[in-house]
Amino acid sequence: MTRTTITRRSLGALLAAGLLASGLTACGNSDTGDSASGDGKIVLGFSQVGAESGWRTANTTSIKEAAAEAGIELKFDDAQQKQENQIKAIRNYIQQKVDVIAFSPVVESGWDTVLKEAKDAKIPVILTDRAVDSADKSLYKTFIGSDFVKEGRLAGEWLVKEKQAATGPVNIVELQGTTGSAPANDRKKGFAEAIGANPNLKVVASQSGDFTRAGGKQVMEQFLKANPKIDVLFAHNDDMGLGALEAITAAGKVPGKDITIITIDAVKDGMQALADGKFNFIAECSPLLGPQLMELVKKVKAGEEVPARVETEETTFTQEQAKAALPTRKY
Amino acid sequence: MSTVKARLAPVTGHRLFWPLVMLVVLLVANTVYRPSFLSVELKNGHLYGSLIDIVRLSAPLILVALGMSLVIATGGIDLSVGSVVAVSGAVACLYISEQPDQNSLGGVFTALALAFGIALLLGAWNGVLVAVIGIQPIIATLILMVAGRGLAQLITSGQIITINSEPYKTIGVGHLLTLPFAIIIALVVTVIVAVLTRRTALGMIIESVGGNAEASRLAGVRSRRITLLVYVVSAACAAIAGFMMTANVSSADGNAAGLWVELDAILAVVIGGTSLAGGRFFLSGTIVGALIIQTLTTSVYAMNIDPQTALLFKAVVVIAVCLIQAPAFRARFRRRKSLAPPPAPTAEKQKEQVPA
Repeated sequence: MTRTTITRRSLGALLAAGLLASGLTACGNSDTGDSASGDGKIVLGFSQVGAESGWRTANTTSIKEAAAEAGIELKFDDAQQKQENQIKAIRNYIQQKVDVIAFSPVVESGWDTVLKEAKDAKIPVILTDRAVDSADKSLYKTFIGSDFVKEGRLAGEWLVKEKQAATGPVNIVELQGTTGSAPANDRKKGFAEAIGANPNLKVVASQSGDFTRAGGKQVMEQFLKANPKIDVLFAHNDDMGLGALEAITAAGKVPGKDITIITIDAVKDGMQALADGKFNFIAECSPLLGPQLMELVKKVKAGEEVPARVETEETTFTQEQAKAALPTRKY
Repeated sequence: MSTVKARLAPVTGHRLFWPLVMLVVLLVANTVYRPSFLSVELKNGHLYGSLIDIVRLSAPLILVALGMSLVIATGGIDLSVGSVVAVSGAVACLYISEQPDQNSLGGVFTALALAFGIALLLGAWNGVLVAVIGIQPIIATLILMVAGRGLAQLITSGQIITINSEPYKTIGVGHLLTLPFAIIIALVVTVIVAVLTRRTALGMIIESVGGNAEASRLAGVRSRRITLLVYVVSAACAAIAGFMMTANVSSADGNAAGLWVELDAILAVVIGGTSLAGGRFFLSGTIVGALIIQTLTTSVYAMNIDPQTALLFKAVVVIAVCLIQAPAFRARFRRRKSLAPPPAPTAEKQKEQVPA
């Protein structure tokens, strides 16, 4: 008797949880309800990963603004980090017969079927920011995004130049991003390639700080205790670097002077630290690919040839450049 | 020899014995790797060293695990603590960031009170779902686990809120009498919980609810009220942990703050010898469990274990802790050991027989 009530209750709870989940997905798809317009405007269907960071939010804003500016009708969908939402959104776009589909894949694999459907419907697809691992490269027109290896290399090259006068060994510690993620792997690789130019530069410790401030701080605390002489910190993103700053200060050292700090991303807080002289160098990983994406959309729609890989326009910042750029920084 | 064994039996038989052994083994391994691991020095008027880091960083986990112990003692589980950590941290940091003077004590205290109040409401929500509506705890708290993180992101509008408030920062990185302030807070909360549960009948009542809620009710215990209470306490502990975590980095990250802390807390409780079936809880064990987990994480960084293998390393240690604590496993191991000599001759005999 009691047992049946319990099962019935838990069943009800499960149903409620399910309803909640489907309600959330429904919200995510609300933008895709209406059909493609017929007033001659190019219609772009875009499926975003989610809104997990300031970087991503800036990315979304850039795409929305650039679309409005270019006179392209944008159908926007937030996949909330779920591949099934993204596949659903893409199928919706195919049904609505949009002109071009662009999306930032949540994960690398499992896209062949839905991309094939888009190809059969003769709708060109553009990947943004993240790649897919499909063997058939004809499934998408082009991939626009940052080159993580290059970002790591730029960081390394700056360091080689900065330390070219160094005669003794230069001890580097590295804060990696989330283990196994593409940016972490590629930035590590690019950095290692670049510093190979000078045998004095040596990475003495390298650990994952999970791209978070708390992670960066916790790892740096141990680095500082385990390695009496740290000359350089290379962090795979600004946030880990910002966390590490606090650990360095607590250890009685001066960030930017006693320890040279190089990071990647150039978000606002990172740029502020650079302008304040706490960081020494940032290689930008720009989310503002909207204008470039709209250019590509127009070209693809007109049937023009586009390169298979388009790099986001990115730069690097020194302390002086950061001071100049900070007032107009968007994110 | 048998007398030594008999004399040691109460020590080795104590449920804290094996977890403490594990903790010592981890610390010894670190010291072997780097002899200065245990050294603690005085820097800028406070203690500084890896050991201090472990204690300071384990403070939030100790708090979350304390609340979790009580919930588990009633036969429940609270998956939403990580989200409560994120929400409380986000609310406090958002409020402080909007103050004209972020260093004003009044503003910080208002922020803490506001965030704490919201956390209590979230805890009460869990408690009502479980105790009044009767939803199974794992499902009831799963709702807030998912929704709470969304709420935290909504509060921070998906951004990391950075604050610059000395009083708030003190919660995470400040010092009192050379000791990290965070661990003092954790100790004070631990003492309060311990006194309330073990110096009054409350602890026993919680355990009786976990043993059999219906029987407890018939015996005159207000089971529902107790169940509701433990979820509120759990959320309150998570809120304080949330203040510590966000104060530690002076910023609220709706995505990352307290992510997976519920699993660490459950693990700490289990390592401490509390059964997930409910009916018993051991606060001292929970604290040792939390210390083991933090020591494990710090060891990975201090010994520079490759990040690709770090998770495997952690898993192996956790499996070892759990196995060594299981009486059935130890009994089997001991039997093997005592049985070991007899099989040897039989093996020899067989060998002899083969040529013959």
